[in-house]
Amino acid sequence: MNEMTTVPIAVTINQTRYDVEVKAHHTLLEVLREQLHLTGTKRSCGEGECGACTVLVNGEAVNSCLVLAAEMDGAEILTIEGLERNGELSPLQQAFLDRGAVQCGFCTPGMVMAAEYLLRTTPHPTEAEIREGLSGNLCRCTGYEGIVEAVKHAGRETDS
Amino acid sequence: MSYSVIGSSVNRVGGRDRVTGRQVYSADVSVAGTLHAKLVRVPCARARIVSIDKTGALGVPGVRMVFSGEDLEPPYFRYGPVFADKPIIAIGETKYDGDPVAVVVAETVDAAEAGARAVEVQYEELPAVVTIDQALDPGMPLVQDPDTRGDSPFRDTNTLKEWRFGWGDVETASADLVIENEYSFPMISQFAMEPFAFTAAPDHDVMTIYTSIQIPTKMQKTIADLLGKPLSKVRVVAPDPGGAFGGKQHPKFEPVLAYIAEKLQRPVRLELTLAESFYAVRRTSARVRVRSGFTRDGKVAFHDVNADWLIGAYADITPRIVEKGSYAGGGPYVIPAVRILSRALLSHTTPPSAFRGFGVPQMNLAIESQLDIAAKKLNIDPMEMRLRNIPRKGQNFLPDDPACDGHWDQVIARAAENIGWNTPKESNRGRGMALGIKMSATTAASYSVVRLHADGSATLLCGTSDMGQGARTVYAQIVSEELGVPIERIHVVMGDTSTVPFDLQTTASRSTVYMGRAVYAASQDVKRQLQEASSQGSDSNEEILKSLFGKVSGEIIGVGTARAEKRDGHPLGGHTAFYELVCTAVEIEVDRETGGVTIHKLVTAGDVGKALNPQHVHMQDDGAAVMGIGHALMEHLIYDERGRLRNAGALDYRIPTTKDTPGKMVSVFVENEDGPGPYGAKGCAESGLLAIGTAIANAVADATGVRIRELPLTPETIWSALQEAGDRS
Repeated sequence: MNEMTTVPIAVTINQTRYDVEVKAHHTLLEVLREQLHLTGTKRSCGEGECGACTVLVNGEAVNSCLVLAAEMDGAEILTIEGLERNGELSPLQQAFLDRGAVQCGFCTPGMVMAAEYLLRTTPHPTEAEIREGLSGNLCRCTGYEGIVEAVKHAGRETDS
Repeated sequence: MSYSVIGSSVNRVGGRDRVTGRQVYSADVSVAGTLHAKLVRVPCARARIVSIDKTGALGVPGVRMVFSGEDLEPPYFRYGPVFADKPIIAIGETKYDGDPVAVVVAETVDAAEAGARAVEVQYEELPAVVTIDQALDPGMPLVQDPDTRGDSPFRDTNTLKEWRFGWGDVETASADLVIENEYSFPMISQFAMEPFAFTAAPDHDVMTIYTSIQIPTKMQKTIADLLGKPLSKVRVVAPDPGGAFGGKQHPKFEPVLAYIAEKLQRPVRLELTLAESFYAVRRTSARVRVRSGFTRDGKVAFHDVNADWLIGAYADITPRIVEKGSYAGGGPYVIPAVRILSRALLSHTTPPSAFRGFGVPQMNLAIESQLDIAAKKLNIDPMEMRLRNIPRKGQNFLPDDPACDGHWDQVIARAAENIGWNTPKESNRGRGMALGIKMSATTAASYSVVRLHADGSATLLCGTSDMGQGARTVYAQIVSEELGVPIERIHVVMGDTSTVPFDLQTTASRSTVYMGRAVYAASQDVKRQLQEASSQGSDSNEEILKSLFGKVSGEIIGVGTARAEKRDGHPLGGHTAFYELVCTAVEIEVDRETGGVTIHKLVTAGDVGKALNPQHVHMQDDGAAVMGIGHALMEHLIYDERGRLRNAGALDYRIPTTKDTPGKMVSVFVENEDGPGPYGAKGCAESGLLAIGTAIANAVADATGVRIRELPLTPETIWSALQEAGDRS
């Protein structure tokens, strides 16, 4: 295998099916951003430490910089672009906006996706569970206060 | 005063795009036909470049150019915000680990990377200056060639520049207690989540630079000088930065990309990894030696300060950092005698630039620790000690500068009441407090345009960079307040030098004050025109606009300016617009077995004049607090003895996560509407970081009885200090 080797994959991203030819060595992040122009997913550390590139793959939160796109054949992927419904923010997105969870916004897509995964698996998380669940996502602006508040609030929303 | 939207926490303008992934950052910009660049580096601090064999790289399919210093001819173009000392690429010698020796440009990222691997660089590693002691050692090599340093009196040393500030006579000042100590502040990475990404795109005679930058106008000037173009033919497009914190003020690799793009007449793009960003910029480290005198009743009698600041091989903005950090280095106190000698020392390390707080936290660690040490020896409460020394509003404390511009005793009181300073605490806990003060902008030139459209909506043009501080939101609030236009009908345009009017810079917590004033003035200009057009003087905006533009359409254009001129002879070149004043207080616990610190509570109290958007102020404080905890407890760049950076990137360099925040974090502020900004606002973006390392160090001393004079207070550092103290006793 060299850098010219390509692999055909069929993936469903945000409920749309894509048939793409991907380079064998390219990560899911590279394909999302550069091939499919879904630039909402961010590249920061590129080594799985910061969480900025978090997406859901078959319902699991994944650092898209750490998985090869070629492994994604048949996968169902949810990215930040897929959370809005008919122009309406998801409750989690709305909570991020209302609770002061966003400053520069660069970590936000990954943070929202990690929180989405947390709320799917733990619908009513405690503060400790939120802090644990988001501990793989770095933010340099907010001090995390607004983010934790937003997830707490979104968790409560799903209660009713 | 009561307002309609000023003082209310309206949601972030641009927030919706940030939670949906639609916000376009520098790396998301895509220009058709773009070539991709990759930097080639050598793995040591300093090397003589013997030869660069480009043959292999040029043979990689898709590689279009391998550019290096040999492709340039003297006189070499050099740039920098204070001294023009940095070439666009290493010429003959690399001067720090990560200093690029070549740029490979190719049709794809893969080809550029393959090309970069195929460049063969022969180099000879040379001895490097990595520490303050090495920089002061006359036996060590000179970092900068004396011939490039003009008539500098320090040209044959590694001292870039020296500053002397002060008043009174420290030699004759009488004191009941004299203490002398040395403090050390580490190198820290700005660690903006958004790594650097640049595109240089030539189009006919215009060069467009897409870059995440705080000072687009300075970039425009640098590129214009490099390419010999008029300012009008250089366009800088600066998408809102994904965090900057000072690290994105000045040019990084935009000049070399612009040079290559101009040669090839093709757009060229370079995206760095987060780890590569560690080689592009850092915070200035410092070693501060202070001899302080105090009277028996707790008054500061004098400070005699010698501070050595380790900068990089190129000055960048560090002369200003050292100058401003040193100037008010004695802190927000009335002191009879102060003498400060600061030196900026060149080294072969990552070139530092600005970082939130500029040169203040470095000096703060020394001065505010001294105050606490003295308080303990004099048996005075540390808060009381500070209250006895701060100026009252209107009282002078810096001889050549404006008087104290706020009720700082109220700031201390708010911090104290929120931390429970005078309440009993658990025996294993410690409390600490520190004040911080920062000189803000000393000159300014902000211009703004408000366009009131025929349908009553408005477009605001201004050159601030919104890097997360929320400038767009606050400006929209000002326009809305003054013109009655709802926030959602206002569009704020920033970050394109071909569209927005001039702004000097987004730095020094200035934007709410200076651009805020320009936006306010532009709104007033529109208001005046509306009033002139109003027949009875009471028509609504809609009626006036209909009467003006009912038949032939149009718009009302308001222009606003806020300037502060240079003050000749003043050591800083001008009077600060306001003092950014903070009191940080913490309650902590130290695990004596591990040396680990748990922060139970942290309070940030500031004098903000008027919080135009309280939620945004709290967010600045909370963000600065956690960033400050990083400074205090975990962050520092590590160089080995050969000057190689050992912990670049998120894996090896720890910043605080959701699990490192205080048990409780509180942000409070004093609002007396006494600032120079609109509605009496002062700036507040940096204050939360100024004193936090010191507050935590003071709390550790309170909890353990052991004083540590260096940051970060890692478990290892604390544990070792406790062991040593135990051994002694």
